[in-house]
Amino acid sequence: MKTSITFTLNDREVTVDTLPMARLLDVLREDLRVTGTKEGCGEGECGACTVLVDGHPVNSCLVPAIQLQGARVQTVEGLAQDDRLHPIQEAFLKHGGAQCGICTPGFLVAAAELLAREPHPSRAQVREALAGNLCRCTGYQKIVDAVVEALA
Amino acid sequence: MTLIVSESPVLDPRTLAEALQLRAAHPEAMPLAGGTDVMVYLEAGVIDPPRWLNLWRLNALRGLSRSGDTLRIGALATHTDIGRNADAQTLAPALVEACRTVGAAQIQNRGTLGGNIVNASPAGDTLPVLLALDAVFELHSAARGERRVPAAAFWQAYRKMDLASDELLVAVHLPAPGAGDHTHYRKVGTRLAQAISKVVLGARVRLDAGVVTEARVAYGSVAATPVRCPKTEAALVGRRAGDLAAAADLVAQDIRPIDDVRSTAEYRRDVAARVLRGWLGTLTA
Ligand SMILES: Cc1cc2nc3c(=O)[nH]c(=O)nc-3n(C[C@H](O)[C@H](O)[C@H](O)COP(=O)(O)OP(=O)(O)OC[C@H]3O[C@@H](n4cnc5c(N)ncnc54)[C@H](O)[C@@H]3O)c2cc1C
Ligand code: FES
Ligand code: FES
Repeated sequence: MKTSITFTLNDREVTVDTLPMARLLDVLREDLRVTGTKEGCGEGECGACTVLVDGHPVNSCLVPAIQLQGARVQTVEGLAQDDRLHPIQEAFLKHGGAQCGICTPGFLVAAAELLAREPHPSRAQVREALAGNLCRCTGYQKIVDAVVEALA
Repeated sequence: MTLIVSESPVLDPRTLAEALQLRAAHPEAMPLAGGTDVMVYLEAGVIDPPRWLNLWRLNALRGLSRSGDTLRIGALATHTDIGRNADAQTLAPALVEACRTVGAAQIQNRGTLGGNIVNASPAGDTLPVLLALDAVFELHSAARGERRVPAAAFWQAYRKMDLASDELLVAVHLPAPGAGDHTHYRKVGTRLAQAISKVVLGARVRLDAGVVTEARVAYGSVAATPVRCPKTEAALVGRRAGDLAAAADLVAQDIRPIDDVRSTAEYRRDVAARVLRGWLGTLTA
């Protein structure tokens, strides 16, 4: 049976009628048509679906809707402010951190959270924070370059 | 991929008392903590419970606290909560290390210690550490109140544990390290992140004037449950630091590894002994 769930998405309150065990990923993409968040593996391995819930990066393919009641959800759509890209988005552009782009929203969200905690991360810190995000195209170096230099 | 979404209803209690009533009334309902194990099983079609019991709102199961020399960790504490907690870093550094190797950041931010314990995978990374630290589990039911079970008695057979169908795991208690305690955690997998362990070791040795007075050696991924190694532990007691490594030869008698997709029994026997031998060799009086 569907149930009504209210949470904030990128600082805006939203209410959806959905199955309580529906995945946050599907609530975003199917119910709310906010499609920046991507699906890769659907089992917690690849990080393509990463969003922030109450400030922490999580895999939205593993979070059931019922646990969103009252939560604060931030997706890649929330990174740019008005027409200004977030510094991590600028850095990805500058360093070539995206190729096919399927992994990019997840990397951006996870990296933005790291930079909020640690504005000048070492390469090792970047690798650890992004170890749950897989990329089949870039070979990771450009992504690490972008994160290290985003706020440098 | 066909997506399986559970249409089953979710019980959504606000308090522990309410949760325990619901647990007793609906033993068929599957508890749901961070969901990092159950959502994978659900999406793979491995489980389809008729009802769910959401634990996520139960603040009584959250947080870490230190009272005297004991560290109490709520069952809903995430691996990140534990990894970043100052008391855990001081009192249980081996557990902190273990939590930091579970999956990757996204999994550590959502997955809980209680979920790791009750999922009861023989490869659960925190479980050998909980054995090595003599952890005690606090279980509650509406009918019988609270009872405590030592980790060493909890996992009884493959995914079978001393947890009744009306009980919830509420907290984990860790005694503070004694004087002379040395602890160790070592995970062996294909990569640092997102790897299920081929072998995982949790160990504790207490040295008094250079002699071992107490030893705990526990492994994951080498038997149907996480296991202690009684022969190895007995061989360590009474030995002098500097002369401990040979006790690791007994590990093969304490474990029962199998061949599976991640590794072979032979590799596991060899590596289990090696990681212990290596650490014991670093201990000096
Ligand atoms: C990509 C990926 C990587 C992973 N890597 C690792 C790893 O490296 N090492 C590792 O050990 N694990 C790993 N895991 C497994 C999982 O993340 C951990 O076991 C985690 O600690 C489970 O916690 P949870 O809160 O998500 O549990 P849930 O999935 O919510 O629950 C797990 C089980 O415990 C029961 N349960 C939970 N809490 C309670 C309670 N308080 N009382 C009674 N029953 C309860 C549930 O009913 C269920 O049976 C990984 C998982 C994924 C998806
Ligand atoms: S789609 Fe969620 S982790 Fe891969
Ligand atoms: S850019 Fe293609 S997977 Fe990362």
